[in-house]
Order: sequence, then structure tokens, then C-alpha cells
Amino acid sequence: MKLPIYLDYSATTPVDPRVAQKMIPYLTEHFGNPASRSHAFGWKAEEAVEEARAHVAALIGADPKEIVWTSGATEGNNLAIKGAAHFTKTKGKHLITQKTEHKATLDTMRELERQGFECTYLDVEENGIVDLRKFEAAIRPDTIVASIMMVNNEIGVIQPIAEIGEICRARGVIFHCDAVQAAGKLPIDLATLKVDLLTITAHKMYGPKGIGALYVRRKPRVRIEPQIHGGGHERGFRSGTLPTHQIVGFGEAARLARLEMAEDGKRVRALRDKLWRGLSSMEAVVLNGDLERRIPGNLNVSFNYVEGESLIMAIKDIAVSSGSACTSASLEPSYVLRALGRSDELAHSSIRFTLGKYTTEEEIDYAVNLVKTKVTKLRELSPLWEMYKDGVDLNTVQWAAH
Amino acid sequence: MAYSDKVIDHYENPRNVGSFDKNDEAVGTGMVGAPACGDVMKLQIRVSKDGVIEDARFKTYGCGSAIASSSLVTEWVKGKRLDEAATIKNTQIAEELALPPVKIHCSILAEDAIKAAIEDYRKKHGLEQADGEEAAEERVA
Repeated sequence: MKLPIYLDYSATTPVDPRVAQKMIPYLTEHFGNPASRSHAFGWKAEEAVEEARAHVAALIGADPKEIVWTSGATEGNNLAIKGAAHFTKTKGKHLITQKTEHKATLDTMRELERQGFECTYLDVEENGIVDLRKFEAAIRPDTIVASIMMVNNEIGVIQPIAEIGEICRARGVIFHCDAVQAAGKLPIDLATLKVDLLTITAHKMYGPKGIGALYVRRKPRVRIEPQIHGGGHERGFRSGTLPTHQIVGFGEAARLARLEMAEDGKRVRALRDKLWRGLSSMEAVVLNGDLERRIPGNLNVSFNYVEGESLIMAIKDIAVSSGSACTSASLEPSYVLRALGRSDELAHSSIRFTLGKYTTEEEIDYAVNLVKTKVTKLRELSPLWEMYKDGVDLNTVQWAAH
Repeated sequence: MAYSDKVIDHYENPRNVGSFDKNDEAVGTGMVGAPACGDVMKLQIRVSKDGVIEDARFKTYGCGSAIASSSLVTEWVKGKRLDEAATIKNTQIAEELALPPVKIHCSILAEDAIKAAIEDYRKKHGLEQADGEEAAEERVA
């Protein structure tokens, strides 16, 4: 077993060696510009791009003509939300999203607010899932776009996308779904889901970084305004020379995911459940987000009375992320966990473990032992643990906030 | 985030972890910070009859820098008179541990913890605050 152990598959995944192999010839040998129509170099590249487009479309039950290449999920979310809002602004100015979305969605909404649009940020329930009645109640006559993610990046919970799609379709609202953490892990069938725009990216599913796709529905046709202008690539939706090797990699990753995700998912789920059994045998450990309505590879846990950043430091042999943004310049606890109604201290104490297809049982056993040892050690250091053990209710203590 | 070697050393081998009986007449206890902010420090001093800190203990809930800051000050206060200990500045702690700007608040908290422990001890003994301890206002925030 090699250290450190990677348990941060929701941040990014390694490129599958089969994917990398497939990409290499498109860097050196078949380097043509897929937009070059006048010679064989271009034709070869275009052929590869279209083959990849078919694989990506097949993974999500779409028509290849509905796939627009992007640089990744952030661009995809920007293009979908801004593109749809700008195109439909004469019909209304209201958008709906939820507080636990990724920053690529939330910050796009903020920018649209600066441009004069209005946005509703829905609360989620304690299990992390949006309430359909509250969603429907937020729709106004001037609502034009709604954006709800399929799977949350921090807590892995699965939102009721099919139901939200039905509501949006019935109410004439364009529905965008950020499916970055879902694609390649859950079956997605856009032939039945009433989603109008859907964002995915390659590097969360064993493909390369720097390439993503936006699904833009053709029946009924969804119109968006391009955000990047130029040579009119991608039927005008997104100009810019296509990165053939990246696209080939994404296509191969999508093809493999379609074939293997059911098997991989079962194995990953068994390991995740084993991890949870091991960790939850400790006292004062809380799971964040619904356990059942959740992707197989995600476990987000708060170790009460232990601060998350110090725990990450203690368990540096395993690569995980803090549910909180404390590791960066911000000292704020996770806004996703706060949206679930978790107290600040529980939000400060959270760790996100995300498993993937290369995770082994040996690695999980090692992780459980390491975390248990270090949590015990840090609790011996923790004045809060001491108070808890002495029977002091921490909520009754007058703290001096700083 | 990359921590300095000194932070890692104090974090991995924290000095003087533990608790004294807070009702002991010779003990002063300072508890500062708040769980909601992600840091709580408890610092305790045991003071001799002639006003010298003989021993110190801490427990800290917080990041590696917070743990290291409190571990360091327990070493620094030992053997000092109360009025000497009260002059320890957060800037000295931050410098010793090479704390990055986002972690300066950890050193401020450690300074506050010493002052709170000293104040607690003095209150127990009906002592007035000595001169020269107001300089705590000159902090780097």
C-alpha cells in the first residue's frame, strides 16, 4: 500500500491509464485542428471529436448534437445559467437555486443579480435535500431559470431531479442541472429526465482536467446566448479551437464509465459503508447529509469536539478535504453544512472522504485506524471534549466570539 | 497549507497538555475563544506564593497553529513572574512559530489566554492588576 492514500475523488480523479493511452496520439500524430475542413489532418481530428461526442452523449442519454464542449464545469454552469438568463430576459428576470450549490453556480447567480436579475436561494432540509413544495412555491410568474445540482459536492446527496424537471416543464421554467458529481456514478437518462441544460466534466470521472460538456436540449429546443464569441465553433454556442486530445480523453472516460460504473459503484459503496461502520463506532460522530439518497463514494462526517483542520493535519497520510473552507484563506465553516442547520462547531469539525474505483479495502482499514487514533489524541487535547465528558452543555456556556 | 517546522513540532509533540483543578487556590484558569469560531483555548497556571508561575497546562480545540501557539506559551510562562508573563505579546508568538497572516488570530488568542489565566488567579487572591499590562492593545490583527 502506498502512502498517502487518496480519498478525495470528488475533488478530482486520476486519469484512467486506458484514457491516457487513447489521448496520446492526438497530441503528437493526429494533431490537426478539427475545424480544418481542407485536409486529412483536420478530418482525422474531427472524426475523433465526433466519436467522443457520441460517447459522452450516450453516457447521459442524449443526442450527440445536444453536446457542447466547454473547458469544464465552471464554464458549463456559467454558459448555461447566464446564457439562458440572457436569452430569456424579455420574459422575466427571476432565477431559483439552492444554498448548497457549488460556487460556480452561486457566483454566477450573484453576477446576474448585479446585472439586474433577481435570484431566490432556497434552503435545503436537514438531510441536504431540497423540498419540492418549497421549490414550487418559489416559482413566480417571471421566473425564467432554475438551477439545482444532481449531487452535492460536499455531502454527496442526490436531489430529486426528475420531480424538479416535471415542475419546471409544467411551469415553463428552463431547468439547468449541475451533474458534475453524478455523471459516471449514477445513471442519467436525458431521454426521460426533463432537464434542459446539464453540466458535466471529465476530471471527476477518470478523464483529463480542462474539458467538460454542456448538454443543451433540442426537443423542446432550449435557447442560450453564447458567452464566448469567436469562430463560431460548437454551432455558435462556444467559440474556441477544440482541444482534440482532451475531448478524446473525455469520450473514452465516458465510454468506460457507461460500461463499468455499475460494478465500480457496488464495490465503492461496500468500502464506503465499511468506512462508516468503522468511524461511527466512535462516540460523538455525526454523518452529514442523507445516507440513503447519496452517491456510493461519499462520506462526510463531523467529529465533534475536534477541529477539522487540525484533524486533516493529523491524518496527513490520507488525502481528504475539510468540509469547511478553513484550509484556504477563509476561516468560515462550510456553507453547505451551515445550510443543513449544523452548528458552527459541527461544521468546523467535518471531514469529507470520497472514494473511487481505485480505492482498496486495505486503504479503508488503514484510514479507519488512523482517524480513530488521531481523533482520540485530539480529543485529549480538546477543552470542549473535557467539558462534554464533565457533563457541561456547551450551548449554555457564554463564549467570547472573536 | 504549509506549516513551519516549529508549528509541526508543537502540534505533534504538544507540551504541557492537561488540566489542573480549577478550584485550587494556586491555579489560575483562562478560557478564551468560541467553538463557533473554530478555536477554544484553555490555559492554566500554577503560581507559587511569591508570584512565580511554577507550572502550566493547556487544552486547545482549534487548528494546528492554535494548538502550537498554546503549547508554546505554556513553555514560555513557566518560571516567569505574573507581571513578566503578562507582557508576552502575540507578535512574539507569531514570530517564533512563523505563522502566516491568516493564522495570526491564533497567537492573539494565546496571548488572551495567558492574560485571562493571570486575571483569574489575581481575582482569586484579591490582587489588583499590575502596571504595564495595558499594552495588549498594540496587537497585530
